[in-house]
Amino acid sequence: MEDISLYMLDLVQNSIAAAATLVEISVIEDVQNDKFILSIKDNGRGMDPQTVDRITDPFYTTRTTRKVGLGLAFAEAAARACDGGIYISSQPGKGTEVRVEFRYHHIDRPPLGRIDQTIAALVACNPSIEFVYTHIAPGGRLCFDSREIRQRLGDLPIDHPEVVEWISEYIGEGIDEISGGGKE
Amino acid sequence: MKSLKELEEIRQRALESVNLRKERNGTRIVVGMGTCGIAAGARPVLLAFVEEVNKRNLHDVMVTQTGCIGVCRLEPMAEVYRPGEEKVTYVKLTPEKVRRIVAEHIVNGKPVTEFTIGAADQQ
Repeated sequence: MEDISLYMLDLVQNSIAAAATLVEISVIEDVQNDKFILSIKDNGRGMDPQTVDRITDPFYTTRTTRKVGLGLAFAEAAARACDGGIYISSQPGKGTEVRVEFRYHHIDRPPLGRIDQTIAALVACNPSIEFVYTHIAPGGRLCFDSREIRQRLGDLPIDHPEVVEWISEYIGEGIDEISGGGKE
Repeated sequence: MKSLKELEEIRQRALESVNLRKERNGTRIVVGMGTCGIAAGARPVLLAFVEEVNKRNLHDVMVTQTGCIGVCRLEPMAEVYRPGEEKVTYVKLTPEKVRRIVAEHIVNGKPVTEFTIGAADQQ
């Protein structure tokens, strides 16, 4: 994966597969403590401790069609390469939280990428799931909550193309603002 | 800066101009969004489908996602389902190819054979 926004898109697929109806995504740029944290929390079906232990093994997957599952393995490898790691907490029936930590200033830390496109793609394809995105950067804080958007839209579906475009621009501009305009 | 107020304008406009269908029985475009697809560039492909469908006002076309379709080396892939027709699987997609597929296949009903999985296998 080239950047954080793609890891995000990939990891959220696990939440979707776990039948989550609410996915809370956050990015925390903690420059002071030299930490970059990507976290994905869902209310999907969750996993038992035995499954959590094996989940970053590339040869573990819940799929029955193939024998590999690379998403979490990739994320873990990327985090470890940047003096970080992956932390997973999960409870059957309650949900799962995956936290991927990088050293902020590590030379190999992937760039942020196009978070706006990731959220737009998620909303466009999963109109029945609620997505919350929080981004904390030195320049401020951005909050996006699809439930709030839905309220404004009334009976217009959230995956209406014009709405998706608006969401993408809203997030793109918001991130530009809090990170001082530095886009990769 | 974007404001939530704009959403209400979009809503007004959309509800006036479009006869929104509650059930979409038309064409379905399914983009593979497994780890393989995402790493190969599925996201811009998916967004290109959404954009193109929107530009052409194709209200009965639905763009959605699935996991790994199964031939990871040919990602990004997408499957097109048109009512009453056989499924067409496109491989090694790019936003440019997407624009042709929407114009020729989704709008005009003629699959772009050279981008299909059948064509890729013959190479």
